[in-house]
Amino acid sequence: MTLLDVTELRLSFGGLLAVDGLSLSVREGEIVSLIGPNGAGKTSVFNCVTGFYRPTAGRITLRGRDLRGLRPSAVAGLGVARTFQNLRLFGELSVLDNVRAGTHLWLRQSVLDALLHTPRYRRSEHECTEQAHHWLDFVGLRGDRYGPARALPYGEQRRAEIARALARRPGLLLLDEPAAGLNHGEKAGMVDLIRRIRDLGVAIMLIEHDMGLVMEVSERVVVLNFGREIAEGRPEEVRRDPAVIEAYLGGEPDA
Amino acid sequence: MKGPGAGPASPEPGPASPEPGPASPEPGPASPEPGAARPGADPGSPGPDRADAPKVRLRGTRRPPTRTSRLLQNRWAGAAGLLVALLAPFVNATPYALSIMTSAAIFVMLAAGLNIVVGYCGLLDLGYAAFLAVGAYTSGVLATRFDLPLLATVPAVLVVTVLAGIVIGAPTLRLRSDYLAIVTLGFGEIIRITANNLDVTGGPSGIYGIPHLADGPVAFYYLTVAVVSLAVLGAARLGRSRLGRAWRFVREDEDAAEATGVNTYRVKLAAYIAGAIWGGLAGVLFAAHLSAVSPASFTFLQSALVLMAVVLGGMGSVPGVVLGAIVISLLPEVLRDLADYRFFLFGVLLIGFMLLRPQGLWPARSKEALRSEEALR
Ligand SMILES: Nc1ncnc2c1ncn2[C@@H]1O[C@H](COP(=O)(O)OP(=O)(O)O)[C@@H](O)[C@H]1O
Ligand SMILES: [Mg+2]
Repeated sequence: MTLLDVTELRLSFGGLLAVDGLSLSVREGEIVSLIGPNGAGKTSVFNCVTGFYRPTAGRITLRGRDLRGLRPSAVAGLGVARTFQNLRLFGELSVLDNVRAGTHLWLRQSVLDALLHTPRYRRSEHECTEQAHHWLDFVGLRGDRYGPARALPYGEQRRAEIARALARRPGLLLLDEPAAGLNHGEKAGMVDLIRRIRDLGVAIMLIEHDMGLVMEVSERVVVLNFGREIAEGRPEEVRRDPAVIEAYLGGEPDA
Repeated sequence: MKGPGAGPASPEPGPASPEPGPASPEPGPASPEPGAARPGADPGSPGPDRADAPKVRLRGTRRPPTRTSRLLQNRWAGAAGLLVALLAPFVNATPYALSIMTSAAIFVMLAAGLNIVVGYCGLLDLGYAAFLAVGAYTSGVLATRFDLPLLATVPAVLVVTVLAGIVIGAPTLRLRSDYLAIVTLGFGEIIRITANNLDVTGGPSGIYGIPHLADGPVAFYYLTVAVVSLAVLGAARLGRSRLGRAWRFVREDEDAAEATGVNTYRVKLAAYIAGAIWGGLAGVLFAAHLSAVSPASFTFLQSALVLMAVVLGGMGSVPGVVLGAIVISLLPEVLRDLADYRFFLFGVLLIGFMLLRPQGLWPARSKEALRSEEALR
């Protein structure tokens, strides 16, 4: 069943067309990669889907519901979580608090509960912390959870950001270059993590430059260049596509 | 403060939208790694430490026992502070001393309220005294015009201050933080000048003959300490709640907060309204304490002093801002012997202190204390 449906998406910045008539869809529980050279418009697509950018034209629906005009928090409310290309953790807050942010949408706790420390407050705080630990365990975070997020090593910060997104319990997770800046071993770990997330039944849209990683995890790959789709299909089809090889500068799509 | 953030309402993304514009090259797969310290082992590789491994092991290893005691320290600090406040009149109960101490307690409540806005949520408010004025005038006018006891004016004060919070917050909280500072500065002046010119507020001379809240200065002092303690406790509890966390997420990174489902606009408005309530209720105490209210009490200097208490104490830290408020309100008294030089010295001390310890007297911790509900696990 189709989860996310993007039709004829267009986004312009002044004269520049960052996204130029893109259509794509993501089915429930599927891993779809969005690849393309720098500046192709991949992140812009994410920003349109999540409500950070308002598309110039086109339709974006999630389970049939129109996402246009919704603010990012409302899109998140419909079950979309994301990470950012440049890590956006709450640096001064503890790692646990960062992941607790993911529980914001489903945690049932009123201001009165908090002021009076009602049993419901205690229960919800307990659950919130439990869940934060659960997702930090899930992503395999080893660093200090009680310390500030900025103190984590870079690779761990990437994981913490994914844990925060997962704590939202999303139906669709958008990962923007989750393996950027990771070393070889950490990339292997990321492949494993992405697969385990998919096994939870979460659909994933992945932007990634590491072709090896993309080929390993994706069920489908969409290739963008200058905001337009130039190829779409299973990984092994896409990597042989002449248009794709051309776009990557006569290149070896890095194996 | 923070950049504009690609507001959901803006048709075109602004310069501080979540991803860098054309100027910043994005890190390709081979870009240098930002983090210097990297774990030797790969945390995600198959092994005993993976997610399916027992959770207890993962968590148990990093929980120094000192955290529980740190939490206790905070509790004890609160209890000790309250005890000092309760015992102070036994040391010195002259009307003058009581009046100073009552003022200091009210000032603590103001600092606790402004800390919600500035410390928790990161919204710079330069006109906070406006809410003190709204509370004091609403309470004073109603009490003197309709012969009401002050306590009976509290519901009206709540309604009016919440409305004031919404009226100033709703249109301005979409603005960038530095604009907000200017708008709040203007709001503070508007309220003062309005009070100065209206008949119902008594013009420049204000209103007087406001009834007392308690019999005698000692009883009123204890009443004030009780109310202020509850206000401080309430602010601390809000800070440790779902809403309080959302405030900090907004302070740290509005876009990331939105992405995790925090409606940043509503959350900021909530901070504003909470700040307004704290300020308004402090205004009732203020009116009762002086039994007169006049525009001269709500100058920019008053707003600046409250802000100074928050910054001096440590933004976002409840014990810090309480301490900061006490220092700011009592230091001029301590320096009284220096006569005209005391405000000069006051300023020099503050500047010196902020240079030496910019994080404040008792800064908020980044390191999380083990909470009670975790201790029980
Ligand atoms: N906020 C913005 N303002 C102006 N131009 C932008 C903005 N965001 C992206 N762009 C431009 O849109 C194009 C696509 O960018 P982006 O989506 O980040 O590409 P990718 O993620 O594929 O590298 C680029 O030319 C970029 O400079
Ligand atoms: Mg990008």
